[in-house]
Amino acid sequence: MSDHIFRMFGASPISPLQQHMSKALACVAELIPFFDAVVNHDLEAMATIQKRIATLENEADVLKKELRLHLPKGMFLPVSRRDLLDVLTIQDSLANQTKDIAGLMLGRKMSLPESMAEKFIAYVHCSVDAAEQAQKAINEFDELLETGFRGNEVRLVKKLIKTLNKIEDDSDSMQVVVRNQLFQIEKDLPPVEVMFIYKIIEKVGEVADTAQRVGSRLQLMLAK
Amino acid sequence: MDYGTTFIVLACVFGFFMAWGIGANDVANAMGTSVGSRAITIKQAIIIATIFELSGAILAGGQVTKTIRKGMLDPSLLANTPELLVYGMLASLLAAGIWLMIASRFGWPVSTTHSIVGAIVGFAAVGIGMDAVNWGKVGTIVMSWVISPVTAGIIAYALFMSVQKLIINTNDPFRNAKRYVPMYIFLVGFIVSLVTMFKGLKHIGLEMTTFECYSLAVIIGLIIMVISNIFIRRIQIDPEADRDFHFANVERVFAVLMMVTACAMAFAHGSNDVANAVGPIAAIVGIVQSGGVVATKTALPIWILILGGIGIVIGLITYGHKVIATVGTSITELTPSRGFAATLAAATTVVFASGTGLPISTTHTLVGAVLGVGLARGIAALNMRVIRTIFMSWVVTLPAGAFLAIIFFFMLKGIFS
Repeated sequence: MSDHIFRMFGASPISPLQQHMSKALACVAELIPFFDAVVNHDLEAMATIQKRIATLENEADVLKKELRLHLPKGMFLPVSRRDLLDVLTIQDSLANQTKDIAGLMLGRKMSLPESMAEKFIAYVHCSVDAAEQAQKAINEFDELLETGFRGNEVRLVKKLIKTLNKIEDDSDSMQVVVRNQLFQIEKDLPPVEVMFIYKIIEKVGEVADTAQRVGSRLQLMLAK
Repeated sequence: MDYGTTFIVLACVFGFFMAWGIGANDVANAMGTSVGSRAITIKQAIIIATIFELSGAILAGGQVTKTIRKGMLDPSLLANTPELLVYGMLASLLAAGIWLMIASRFGWPVSTTHSIVGAIVGFAAVGIGMDAVNWGKVGTIVMSWVISPVTAGIIAYALFMSVQKLIINTNDPFRNAKRYVPMYIFLVGFIVSLVTMFKGLKHIGLEMTTFECYSLAVIIGLIIMVISNIFIRRIQIDPEADRDFHFANVERVFAVLMMVTACAMAFAHGSNDVANAVGPIAAIVGIVQSGGVVATKTALPIWILILGGIGIVIGLITYGHKVIATVGTSITELTPSRGFAATLAAATTVVFASGTGLPISTTHTLVGAVLGVGLARGIAALNMRVIRTIFMSWVVTLPAGAFLAIIFFFMLKGIFS
């Protein structure tokens, strides 16, 4: 009977989930140097950073698969298994979306009109902020477990999620501004290029959106 | 009784072997969590377990031993054939011992209690007759196997919730931990000593009034509390520890509580499980010494309890340290605050059962307690499949123990008569 009692303790999914989030965030954070390179028309730097992003995305994928193996059916968890796997998938799409953006821009050797640079960089920063805020919330997961998903800690996490929602709102309004800037000058630019810049604007916004979805899933888990 | 001495020697050898097995395997349940949470070293765990297993066996092991020894059988039917009871008890010890060996070889989670109860009921029902079994008592025992994990689960849930309310979900968990943990420690000492004194101490010749029991239990609780408080006072906030995980310092206070609870668990285990090995010895010694009379009123010789206790301790020293080491390094998910709630709930339930003379499974009780904490959303992941196997194993163990006991019974009967 010896160690049977201890075999009943499954490996905690919390720390792997947090590691995965860190990896996804590391990936998203690369967007800042990447867009700096875009603005500076530094193709070489863009290529290096794109490679880094691809590696990070890959590592996140590995972590995702590992965690899924940790969570076979028949695990009794303090949160719903479905929600946990959903959060993981959403976190993972943060990395995927980042990789898409970098891949597309590098592949088409894209650049941004100078007049848009400042606002666009701020817009990218906002998306990265959202991902950072999502990580802050996910990092509270072990404290949530310690408190049995009750009390002050729940309030703290709800506050973090509220801030996350606010950051996403900001990102939405910045998107409007950046889009409008592009609209003003679009007739002077090659039409295909314009189409793709619109596409990139959308994709950068999606990153913030995805970060927000990490938060809302976490919120669902609190109320199991 | 031609073979009187032979029977006693055989009984002691088989019983000692079984006690060794209990010590080698089961003790990790009590001490593994403390080692795992780095509250104590393996060496300290062995020393603590030795002291408390032994005292649990000697001070509180009497009632369950009585049940195993004669509670499950109807002595009036055996009055004319005392040798049958001797064969049966020897067969039961052998059967349970061998079944446990097979089980640990294959890694099945079987319980010593279920093996020995299955064996005794088996040989009596088949070897002697259905009427020889005191079915009412056996029914109560089987019921207690369902009730004990549930009870432990409910207590664990309540303990965990009280810890959340008083300590963890407050604005200053560290200060509240230092304030309330000593009270939990008092509770551990009070409950364990109270139950022991109420039920356990008659066989060592101590008769106490209710008032004396309560006062002594309070005093023991206070002594343990004061000693633990010395350790708790020493714990200072280490800001570095709290950087990643904000409750790291609070858990350090709980580690002291966890230690005290582990002692209680070792005591509870000694009080309940030693009977599985020494109950049959006691039955055989009783018959042989009274010259072949199936006595119902003879006192339990204390040396038999000591023999069982020493068997457990030797099992612990020779083999248990390996188990504790494996278990201690493999679990980090069970923090002291959870480990304490589960262990104390299990220890309390087991000590109560010991006082009432019910042989229950320590392992099942602990599993029930852990599930209780899990239901309070306190544990990151519980493998329900493993839990199901642990609970289902007793369905197999009862007939297996019975079957082996019946075979050995007829073999011994053939050899000696």
